[in-house]
Amino acid sequence: MKTLFERTQGLTDIPFHYCPGCTHGIIHRIIGEVLEELHLLENTVGVTGVGCAGFAEQYINVDFQGSAHGRAPAVATGIKRAHPELVVFTYQGDGDMVSIGLAEAVHAAARGEKITAFLVNNANYGMTGGQMAPTTLIGQKTATSPYGRQSEQSGFPLDLPVLISNLPGAAYVATVTVDTPQNVFKAKRAVRQAFKTQMDGLGFSLVQFLSTCPTNWGLTPVESIQWMQDNMFPVFRIGELKQPQ
Amino acid sequence: METMFMKGNEAVAEGALQAGCRLYFGYPITPSTEIIEYMAKHLPARGGTFVQSESEVAAIYMVFGAAGSGERVMTASSGLGISLMQEGLSYMAANELPAVLVNIMRTGPGLGGLGPMQGDYFQATKGGGHGDYSLLVLAPASVQEMADLTMTAFDLADEYRNPVLILADAALGQMMEPVTFGAREPKRYDKPWATTGAKGRKRNLVTSYNLQNEVGEQKSIYLEEKYRFIQERLQWAETYQTEDAEYVLVAYGTSARIAKGVVNALRENGVKAGLVRPITLWPFPSKVFTPLNERVKGYLVVEMSAGQMIEDVRLSTEGKVPVAFYRRQGGIVPQHDEILEEFAHAFSVGGILA
Repeated sequence: MKTLFERTQGLTDIPFHYCPGCTHGIIHRIIGEVLEELHLLENTVGVTGVGCAGFAEQYINVDFQGSAHGRAPAVATGIKRAHPELVVFTYQGDGDMVSIGLAEAVHAAARGEKITAFLVNNANYGMTGGQMAPTTLIGQKTATSPYGRQSEQSGFPLDLPVLISNLPGAAYVATVTVDTPQNVFKAKRAVRQAFKTQMDGLGFSLVQFLSTCPTNWGLTPVESIQWMQDNMFPVFRIGELKQPQ
Repeated sequence: METMFMKGNEAVAEGALQAGCRLYFGYPITPSTEIIEYMAKHLPARGGTFVQSESEVAAIYMVFGAAGSGERVMTASSGLGISLMQEGLSYMAANELPAVLVNIMRTGPGLGGLGPMQGDYFQATKGGGHGDYSLLVLAPASVQEMADLTMTAFDLADEYRNPVLILADAALGQMMEPVTFGAREPKRYDKPWATTGAKGRKRNLVTSYNLQNEVGEQKSIYLEEKYRFIQERLQWAETYQTEDAEYVLVAYGTSARIAKGVVNALRENGVKAGLVRPITLWPFPSKVFTPLNERVKGYLVVEMSAGQMIEDVRLSTEGKVPVAFYRRQGGIVPQHDEILEEFAHAFSVGGILA
């Protein structure tokens, strides 16, 4: 019998705890598969931030360091500078990376740190109960923007990959989605490209995943995908924003 | 053996290099900048890695990452920057990551000025960041000790798997004295817990993330026992003329240098005075006080703060002996004659001011 699909060795055996319809699980699997396919499972250290994304350390089957809110790119810098032979990646949510960790993220990119950053953007702080993030859309209701985000009060959504793609130290920058099987394949290609950019020593690489948060959005999983497509896709620039020259 | 004439800050940096420090991450701040500059110049040339971070917050997390990957790593700053590092230090203590950091204390609170002060004692010895943890804190009092205790700090960090803080002040950082470096081989420690890629072993997880209270309690008890163990073993102090002392001055760092002169002056005037100079500030060397408490008539604590270490001295005296206090603040160093005067006033010992 021919094996068509196997669970990747890039994931541990611990069942995901994520809410139904959350895309963290798909993103974990993609990263795990690429790490396995590139034979990196014994040569990689991951770094988590906090929140829901902080649990990645339980599921992705490599050495991990658990860092604090926003600090993962600094921790990853320490690891990579100590062990340039390792592949080092970070896994953060949008509240983590785009808000409190903006300095660490931008400066890691500006230094051209040879690390790979994954940003899972679901337009709110998920684990703390759905508060406004820098990525929250104009008009989007959250626990701390109960009347909808108003630009006069809270500014505008921040598309970090666009910002970072302007830095010379950033070598590969992409924003992807995992809303359809086709886009999952595209996302996986971006993950592979990001790791290869690091392995080739070309500089900082970043992949943003547009993601869902059915629990805090108050929508079903299917409605969440639709809401993401209708509302997030027009705001965050999707595609490969920067590729190695 | 090599003797050099160096600033205290340079001695710290050279000591770190000789202790096998492989990485330095830091952010410039006066009066500690000679450390980062020395590292920028010498560390890459000696096979290590230097990175100037965007902030002290980033610096301590770079230290976190490198320490978690098993390398000897250091950062240095002054009180303001050390404040920014408190979050990371809590995480490092929680994850039992060995590293060395240096606080060249200037004045505070707030932006303060550049003079020497000892106002960061509480921050250094009472946790500083969130949660229940301790740093190991060493207090040098000479440029030679700036080098020696930095080297020792790397061994203690690895031995006890805990961040170690060198607490010195601007005077010690800036003053120049001869320093001798012996041929001291850095100790090597196995670090099977480090994240170096899971080749031929189970994956390593350096994390303090835990949402299960029962597990949290176990972790807390484990850390508590570890700190207790360290407290039992590691109480260092210099005692000077305490054998027959009736009065004992207590001071660390720059204050202790001055206090030692005061002890000599008191002795010349027939007063049986001595000095206890704590070298470990955490653990505080309480055991040194136990025998003294039985026969000493009074302690005089001298600090460059409104009174911080004096609390630990009072605890160590168990209320058996009166504790007097003399301090200068805001960058002013306590003067010899002022301390003598305070001594005479506090203990009604006449004739010594003549």
